[in-house]
Amino acid sequence: MSMIFAIFLPIILAIFIPLLYKKAKRIHTGWFVLIAPLILVVLYALYIPSVMDGKTFSEEMPWIPSLDISLVSYIDGLSLLFSLLITGIGSLVVLYSIFYLDKDKENLGNFYVYLLMFMTAMLGVVQSDHLIGLYFFWELTSISSFLLIGYWYTRDRSRFGALKSMMITVFGGLMMLGGFLLLGIMGETFSIRELISQAATIAEHDLFVWALVLILLGAFTKSAQFPFYVWLPDAMEAPTPVSAYLHSATMVKAGLYLVARLTPIFALSEVWVWLVTGVGILTLFWGSFFAVKQTDLKAILAFSTVSQLGLIMSLLGIGSIAYHVTGDLVTTYTFATFAAIFHLLNHATFKGSLFMIAGIVDHETGTRDIRKLGGLMSLMPISFTIAMIGSLSMAGIPLFNGFLSKEMFLDATLSLQHVGLYSMDTWWILIPIVAWVASVFTFVYSLYFVLHTFRGKHTPELLPKKAHEAPIGMLISPGILATLVIVIFFIPNFVGNTFIKPAVAAIQPSVYALPSDVGFKIKAWHGFDSPALYMTLGIFLVGYLLYKTLPKWSVAYSKMPAKVTLNGIYDWLMMLSESGAKQVSSLYMKGSIRSYLIYIFGAIIILLASTLWIKEAFVISFDNLAPIKFFEVLLSLLIIIGTLTILITKSRLTAIIALGAVGYTVALFFIIFKAPDLALTQLVIETVSVALFLGAFYHLPKLNKHEKGKEDRKFRLTNFLIALGVGVMVSLIAISAHSQKLVPSISEYYKKTVYSEAGGGNIVNVILVDYRGFDTLFEIGVLTIASLGIIGMITLRLAKKKGENKVENK
Amino acid sequence: MITFLWVIVVLISAALLGFIYRLVKGPTTPDRVIALDAIGVGLISLIGLISILFDTPFFLEVILLLAVLSFIGTIAFSKFTEKGEIIQRDRNS
Repeated sequence: MSMIFAIFLPIILAIFIPLLYKKAKRIHTGWFVLIAPLILVVLYALYIPSVMDGKTFSEEMPWIPSLDISLVSYIDGLSLLFSLLITGIGSLVVLYSIFYLDKDKENLGNFYVYLLMFMTAMLGVVQSDHLIGLYFFWELTSISSFLLIGYWYTRDRSRFGALKSMMITVFGGLMMLGGFLLLGIMGETFSIRELISQAATIAEHDLFVWALVLILLGAFTKSAQFPFYVWLPDAMEAPTPVSAYLHSATMVKAGLYLVARLTPIFALSEVWVWLVTGVGILTLFWGSFFAVKQTDLKAILAFSTVSQLGLIMSLLGIGSIAYHVTGDLVTTYTFATFAAIFHLLNHATFKGSLFMIAGIVDHETGTRDIRKLGGLMSLMPISFTIAMIGSLSMAGIPLFNGFLSKEMFLDATLSLQHVGLYSMDTWWILIPIVAWVASVFTFVYSLYFVLHTFRGKHTPELLPKKAHEAPIGMLISPGILATLVIVIFFIPNFVGNTFIKPAVAAIQPSVYALPSDVGFKIKAWHGFDSPALYMTLGIFLVGYLLYKTLPKWSVAYSKMPAKVTLNGIYDWLMMLSESGAKQVSSLYMKGSIRSYLIYIFGAIIILLASTLWIKEAFVISFDNLAPIKFFEVLLSLLIIIGTLTILITKSRLTAIIALGAVGYTVALFFIIFKAPDLALTQLVIETVSVALFLGAFYHLPKLNKHEKGKEDRKFRLTNFLIALGVGVMVSLIAISAHSQKLVPSISEYYKKTVYSEAGGGNIVNVILVDYRGFDTLFEIGVLTIASLGIIGMITLRLAKKKGENKVENK
Repeated sequence: MITFLWVIVVLISAALLGFIYRLVKGPTTPDRVIALDAIGVGLISLIGLISILFDTPFFLEVILLLAVLSFIGTIAFSKFTEKGEIIQRDRNS
């Protein structure tokens, strides 16, 4: 049970956090929280040697066995890398948050409960082998992320950001669930490993493309890809540790994880390759282009995250081409997968440290607005050093790990020229060009981020606080990450062998059986003949020029109309759904019973008519008909005349009298159809109800439309048509029902046994009280309730309040 | 004999139609009330004839009931047209 228990360790600890928070006031709650990720990071580190040898670990805990749903924890290269990222960066973030969040001013209990919840959710996402389990943890990440973004819930912006991220990621999550269910239908299993083993048959299935698109929607919304990235910049209202943890290193990589994990299933499709690569490249460009425009430190980092996620996504897309080619080309494209995982790791290190630095700057100066900041280099030298390392790595400058993965990225985009599949040979050139332009912008905003914050003129009068260096505890975590950034540059192949090759072997199981088969070496120096080298040099040159001329051309951004942005579209969609729903419901919910009756009767007519029509149920047969007698014609005429009188009379009293006449005629019908009990009852009831009508009649207001006779009896075509329709429908159904009696009546039994079994002569009464006495019992109940209700309505007038018109009984 | 009874049935039915005409047309409410009362009497005789024609004693109760109800109904209508209500209340309660 240890592997599954490990997933739940953080959330179990979370149960005790409120207690610790309340009882141990003097110690910062974060110190207790630190236990969970530290234990887990050590635990997962122990798996590294075996996973490097190509072993995998799996453990299953039945959850709903009858539905074949279980929690399966599966550790291979990919999930181990993610688990280490989650717990490792989790530990650093918790450590950072201990110094970042004040223990007296903040509600730490809430914060750490949400954070630990998130940690469990994220570990569950990356280790689940069961699709339903994966979805369960996936939604838990959405919910805990919602709670964390809205942590300062008294601020409007926080609530807006939390809601927005919730709407978008839950939309994607639900789409993904649909895709998972389709996968489950196609493969008749929810286990990802079993689905991978039958990938070839699944790819033939009709539902395949649907599942693909739905699952990609989930991955794209979570990983903030175009056009769903809009929630990420707004999620920056969260406390900085949350931004560093969720919105750079872990949660936004869940979509990447999903894409990587399901590559063996879906990579066989051309749609997958194009969608993942195309959307990734577009996101890369879009994010880096708009990052330059931002003035908020965290917003720059948010757009930068979007763009880097796009980069990794596109690399995963290029990597999946390996399934479509043969020979040496397979190695060429699995190299892209290798680059993707490497950059994923690098991004987690440098982006985590940059977010923490942005938080430190915010913490120590009181603002994150880059226009107010400047000249902090001499005041905050350590933060400056860390920020410099992170930014230069992000820009892709040598001596930092970002350089290595950026080179690999450029190589991978260039390798597309060899594909020659699916019209790639004509269009491939666009991808390296867009990637190159995006890299230029990445270079520009990386410099802009660090130099505008730490260089230039210091303007203390603009800052809410007096700037000074952060406490040492706050600098530990970004310091460790920045050290990693440099260390990875110098020992890339050690990192590659330890973490990345097992992950690549997990993503490309058809190519590599064991991690040791992955034969890539990361080289910092490619030689002068490498095109990537000249592309990188070009990026530095053009990027530096653009940075120097930034004030001149950045005005171009403000020329863009605000309405056509994706945020504008999101706001418009939200407003549309709200006001649209309001309009639709106020369109038909008028509060008038007449219109509701029109809907009800209209629906009856349409449903019955279409059923009769579609099922060809209308049958008319004259076989079983009795001969028509004179009496029946006469009484029918009487009823018709009475009914018409009710309809056309202008006086309400006439209508009541005519109704009485109709009721009496019905009693007469009962007589000629030989039902004396019914006739008796009908006569009494009719008299009583006419008397009641007369009683109610008196209390009606004198001057009424009815009495005036102007408006109400106005011929209404709709009402006429609906009434006619209902009448015709009911008649047609009665005719068809009578024309096709399938079974004989059971009344023969009653006739035979009424005396012998029940000891009575009146068959109607014996049925009422003997054969089917239950109905009678409850009809007595109905009458009791009705009379009690009348008494209640008359005597208890609780609802009557002062000022309301009281009906006077004269 | 049967023919004779049928002739009476037709006559009473014609009378009923006449009453119905008055019920529909009747310029004032008392006209209609009287028509309704007459309809009750017509129905009583019709039901009596039907009992004979069907050769059954089961409808005699209906005749009695109809007589009572017709009376009560006419009284109720008359009181209503006279006083505006059917059951007078003790206004002191």
